[in-house]
Amino acid sequence: MFVEAIERILKDQCSPAVIRSIEGGGGSSSVLWNSIADAGFLDLLMPDEMGGAGLDLADLYPVLAVLGRYAIPLPIAQSIAARALLAPHTVVPTGLFTLAPSCHRIGERIVCSLTPFGMLADHVLVDDDGCLLMLACANAERTHTGVPRSQVATLSWPKDAPALSIVGQGAAVQTFAAAIYAGLISGALFRVFEMTLQYANDRSQFGKSIGKFQAIQHQISVMAEHVAAASIAAEAAFQGGGGLPQLLPSAMAKARTGEAAILVASIAHAVHGAIGVTEEYDLQLLTRRLHEWRMAHGSEDYWNAVVGRHVLASQLPTVTDFVRLANQEALNVKEAALLATSSPISRLKGLA
Amino acid sequence: MTNLVNTFRFARLPVATDTFRTEVKAFLNSYADTTPADVRARSWTGFNADFSRKLAARGWVGIALPSEYGGANLDAFSRFVLVEELLAVGAPVSAHWIADRQSGQLILKYGTEAQRRFYLPKICAAEAFFCIGMSEPNAGSDLGSVSTRAIRKEHGWQLNGRKIWTTNAGNCQYMIALVRTSGTPDDRHRGLSQLIVDLSLPGVTVQPIKDLSGDAHFSEVFFDDVVLGDDAMIGAEGNGWEQVTAELAFERSGPERLYSSIVLLDCWIEYLRLSGTGAAHVAQIGRFATHLATLRNMSVAVTSQLARGASPVVAAALVKDLGTEFEQSIPAVIEAAICANPSDAIDAELYRTVVYLSQIAPTFSLRGGTREILRGMIARGLGLR
Ligand SMILES: Cc1cc2nc3c(=O)[nH]c(=O)nc-3n(C[C@H](O)[C@H](O)[C@H](O)COP(=O)(O)OP(=O)(O)OC[C@H]3O[C@@H](n4cnc5c(N)ncnc54)[C@H](O)[C@@H]3O)c2cc1C
Repeated sequence: MFVEAIERILKDQCSPAVIRSIEGGGGSSSVLWNSIADAGFLDLLMPDEMGGAGLDLADLYPVLAVLGRYAIPLPIAQSIAARALLAPHTVVPTGLFTLAPSCHRIGERIVCSLTPFGMLADHVLVDDDGCLLMLACANAERTHTGVPRSQVATLSWPKDAPALSIVGQGAAVQTFAAAIYAGLISGALFRVFEMTLQYANDRSQFGKSIGKFQAIQHQISVMAEHVAAASIAAEAAFQGGGGLPQLLPSAMAKARTGEAAILVASIAHAVHGAIGVTEEYDLQLLTRRLHEWRMAHGSEDYWNAVVGRHVLASQLPTVTDFVRLANQEALNVKEAALLATSSPISRLKGLA
Repeated sequence: MTNLVNTFRFARLPVATDTFRTEVKAFLNSYADTTPADVRARSWTGFNADFSRKLAARGWVGIALPSEYGGANLDAFSRFVLVEELLAVGAPVSAHWIADRQSGQLILKYGTEAQRRFYLPKICAAEAFFCIGMSEPNAGSDLGSVSTRAIRKEHGWQLNGRKIWTTNAGNCQYMIALVRTSGTPDDRHRGLSQLIVDLSLPGVTVQPIKDLSGDAHFSEVFFDDVVLGDDAMIGAEGNGWEQVTAELAFERSGPERLYSSIVLLDCWIEYLRLSGTGAAHVAQIGRFATHLATLRNMSVAVTSQLARGASPVVAAALVKDLGTEFEQSIPAVIEAAICANPSDAIDAELYRTVVYLSQIAPTFSLRGGTREILRGMIARGLGLR
């Protein structure tokens, strides 16, 4: 029901024209932001007693996917995540939150480079060597990347800038970020797929719809495979009763959706021909974001390596056991222990 | 038309399957420890009647068949668990595989009561193994053009023609053959029927075909005036196309289209652990795990549809196409990785396993319907054709 309500708002307030005006820097973002914030959607994950909607993590996935479908130009998903991360520790301020991929002390300054929505955000949450750090953007220096229509910015503060630091909660930022970008990507992929399928039926060459050519059919079939894979991978990151996404499913989700993003975007543009790369046609609103979101908070190269290190360190006898248990909310401790005691299957002697 | 993609929703296996999984693991434990990886890599092409009989003794052959016919009457989720555990360690399941997966289901669905009572208990006891008689020299992807023909006789049928690529034909008691019972190959899907052929009958000749790896799992099968009884007809005469389509749905919807190279992946990971050289490959290993986890979730989604009584033919084709690509990428990547440095020693067992899988991997996207045929099915499901 939240999804339908949010979709109604997006339909009205997040039209392609609105997206263009917000990302062009000219238009105000307050109408779209306020209609979502005022309806309470930023506190979806907050418990009832704190004034939130007490939504299960699993029900957040469709919300993120619909935000992705509409090529959301504001950090709504990031704000939902940030508020959920902060709520147990502090009174959460109002305003636009974003999550930063990294935080470095460089000379006399704290630097969060290439921060998504860095041009717009009021607050930034970042993992500061294990601590959850919240910084206010009002006193940040924002450096735009120079990429037209991008809201990514490098932010920096004097090293003694006021900040809230919560010990031991930092790692959750990257994990949550991986999960939400996976959700956003999967929604955007679905929309790109719909547009491409429609275009293949509508566009005619050589006297028939281009969708009648086997070469086009097969490309769109491959697209469908990767859109389906990406959406179930993203959904898997939002399972379990812990309230926050878990590391391995989130890592897999970001990696799998990132890989799908590049393939699906390229097929979509191939099928659309020249019209697809024009400013005027809406496909670019989605495909530009697919690339941006794929790169945000680590691409699949980063997240696959996270998964790979866990595989190597695992005591489980097979990779099949590993993925089955990684997918569960938290490793079912009893079963994991049981598996760990059975002997590894390989009897390789060569270099042992 | 985008519904197809929307059917892939995250689902969990019922908790009740956990106990079953533990039992299967206990049964398989010593097998993996005592069998080389290159032997286990043959898994569902590794014919081993003894192994199938041991499995049958536990009640695990024909597990989805009703208990009145000797089956275990377990649901699609339990079958998923059994198949997953067997394939994860490369158990030699080939002997009973086809009967368990599709022939038994076909007989249950289309057979007469007498046929069910005759064949199904034998399948569940691993006493009757089946092979699939679809392909012919001139009917591959274009299955509707089969020309093996059965002619009506007073008390049955007279069969002439030949089948090819028939997996395990030389070791099976029965074949379910798709044959023409009326019309000509130009009539395409009309006039086709399915017959159960007892392969010990006079006039049946099985000629094994060696593959590029040196194995001979498939054969050419010749029929010269083979005399069959009336009761050889399975289902209605002329209904062969519908039945073969249902049979292919059983064939494609299981999780076996993800695990063909999994023994190699585990073997490589184990090698990297032992040699301490894993660091250079973490992203690649992680990518395989990420893909496997996702494909497995997709396969569970298909299984949930099966459990609800649906026949997710196109969704299964989608998982198979993506799954075989994954299976084929494993030997391709590992071949390159283990030879990235010519001065490194290579474990002999790992070497044999990767070489075997590289050689056989092209078949993954041929058997059970080629990549192009599956992509055509998906396009049809999307309304493009
Ligand atoms: C290991 C193995 C085991 C097998 N076991 C069995 C078995 O037990 N029983 C059985 O009956 N069969 C079996 N087969 C046969 C298998 O089903 C066929 O190989 C398959 O259906 C393809 O037929 P074909 O080999 O004649 O190739 P062809 O159909 O000749 O195809 C050759 C190429 O042309 C392409 N092509 C064909 N038609 C089209 C089209 N319309 N559009 C685009 N491309 C097209 C194909 O995709 C392929 O790339 C087995 C095959 C293998 C490899």
